[in-house]
Amino acid sequence: MRRPLLPRPSLRFVPVWRRNLRVWRKLMMPSLLGNFGEPVLYLLAFGYGFGRLVGELDGMSYMVFIASGIICSSAMFTASFEGMYSAYTRMAEQNTWLAMLGTPLTLDDIVFAEAVWAASKGLISAAAILVVASALGLVADGRALLALPVVFLAAFTFGSLALVITAVARSYDFFLYYFTLAVTPMLLLSGVFFPLQEMPEWVQGLALALPLAHVVEIVRPLMTGSWPTGVGLHLAVIVSYGAVALVLATALIHRRLIR
Amino acid sequence: MTPPTAHAPGGDTGATASADRARPAIDLQGLRKVYNGTPAVDGIDLAIPAGEFFGLLGPNGAGKTTTLRMLLGLTPIDAGSARVLGMDMPEQEREIRARLGVVPQFDTLDPDFTVEENLLTYASYFGLSGPALTRRIEELLELANLEPRRHARIDTLSGGMKRRLTLARSLINAPEVVILDEPTTGLDPQARHHLWRQLGRLRERGVTLVLTTHYMEEAEELCDRVAIIDAGRIIACDSPRALIAAHVEPWVISLSAASARRFIADPATLPARMLEIADSWLIYTADPAAVHAELESAALPHSTRAANLEDVFLRITGHDLRE
Repeated sequence: MRRPLLPRPSLRFVPVWRRNLRVWRKLMMPSLLGNFGEPVLYLLAFGYGFGRLVGELDGMSYMVFIASGIICSSAMFTASFEGMYSAYTRMAEQNTWLAMLGTPLTLDDIVFAEAVWAASKGLISAAAILVVASALGLVADGRALLALPVVFLAAFTFGSLALVITAVARSYDFFLYYFTLAVTPMLLLSGVFFPLQEMPEWVQGLALALPLAHVVEIVRPLMTGSWPTGVGLHLAVIVSYGAVALVLATALIHRRLIR
Repeated sequence: MTPPTAHAPGGDTGATASADRARPAIDLQGLRKVYNGTPAVDGIDLAIPAGEFFGLLGPNGAGKTTTLRMLLGLTPIDAGSARVLGMDMPEQEREIRARLGVVPQFDTLDPDFTVEENLLTYASYFGLSGPALTRRIEELLELANLEPRRHARIDTLSGGMKRRLTLARSLINAPEVVILDEPTTGLDPQARHHLWRQLGRLRERGVTLVLTTHYMEEAEELCDRVAIIDAGRIIACDSPRALIAAHVEPWVISLSAASARRFIADPATLPARMLEIADSWLIYTADPAAVHAELESAALPHSTRAANLEDVFLRITGHDLRE
């Protein structure tokens, strides 16, 4: 019997998500410290140190500019880490998924739950940055809250992409390729630290072919008190990457484990 | 204290329960799996009635684990069919696994959780919760003798405790069929006997048990019926006693290699068959008195025992070591 092309996760994914939440809660304090501490360091170091030289960018202080950027990049990093190092540990080291396959769960449920969990971790880190940024007076108005669902969706996409890499990884070292060849270029080219418009056109084109730039395009206006434009297109890029990655990750993990 | 099972008296509706008993709990027909052109499972037909304790024996690489994996939906079936409790694998994998218990060959306990949290989390995958689950977890902790360790981390448990917890975990959904892949490998004798007792109790409760093992005395002690698998095929299948009667002489006399050399130097015409294994020789015979007389006249030290399943295994799979 051929496996259907599209994964068919069921609501049974929820207990898998809750299992990960239960583990996270055991190590919540150091984890949250990282979620809050890191953005504070970034904002202070870049914002004060660098911002003084830069002055204003796109009509906003550099602190505001960078706060709205790292909320996106942090979600990307957090979800990518979760979808690679943590998910790989559960798949290949602890046999957590194998144990789950002795129950009514299927790999479709498990992979979907992992993507949603990676998205949740990304959301937690973005929410922490939002709290820090608003405490520092870097957030314009309540519209900033709308950034959170966008970030959740984006983190789902980055988590799913990470799971594709996990599906083909033979060891933890393999993840460095993805960080070097995909995550870092996206971080530098997507308007997180400086406006995309400063780059040559072909670089802009490249950046817009990748998902992170589109996340920044939606989130930055929401953080600075205006409405983003072209939301439909931006969301379409993010969702397309996420959907294709989830289908691919599920198929590859299926091929790896069910043999 | 009795282990929870789905065959609790009065619990089921009579009609379904008797229908369940009428058809085999597990029904494999022409089951086949090929890896890179080499068949790992090469046409297995097997029906295991409900309530039977069934053993799958065979050398390493014979296809035991692959057969179990196909039953569980962990390996795609290349040809043939696997039906469990009247349902088709893999089409109804969720429904089948909801009524199955699995004890995998290697521990898959969750190292991030305590003993009790492991049971609780595993139960959540079946959608179990509430006071009934709380009671079941208490029962299972008692069954596994792990009540005092309920808050212990997994990495602080001994190998035997981990196996007990894995068995307890597999019973969380009151399964009708429990599949055990080498459940006692690496356990000390006490831990092994403890596990045997628990499996015996499950059998008394009407649970169907399917086990693979390398330990022939385990299969002989526990199983109603065993199948010996070699090169992906069943080469013998019956009760341990019937297999012994059919395949080997009833008595086995063992000799050291040195004694055997002297004995063979003068190969008297004895009603016996000889087999060299490692450092000793086994003499199989239906007439031990004749062999004894011969050995004693030559003053050769020896010992005699009844033939067992291991002798059957050596006889029909060949006696060379395989890796």
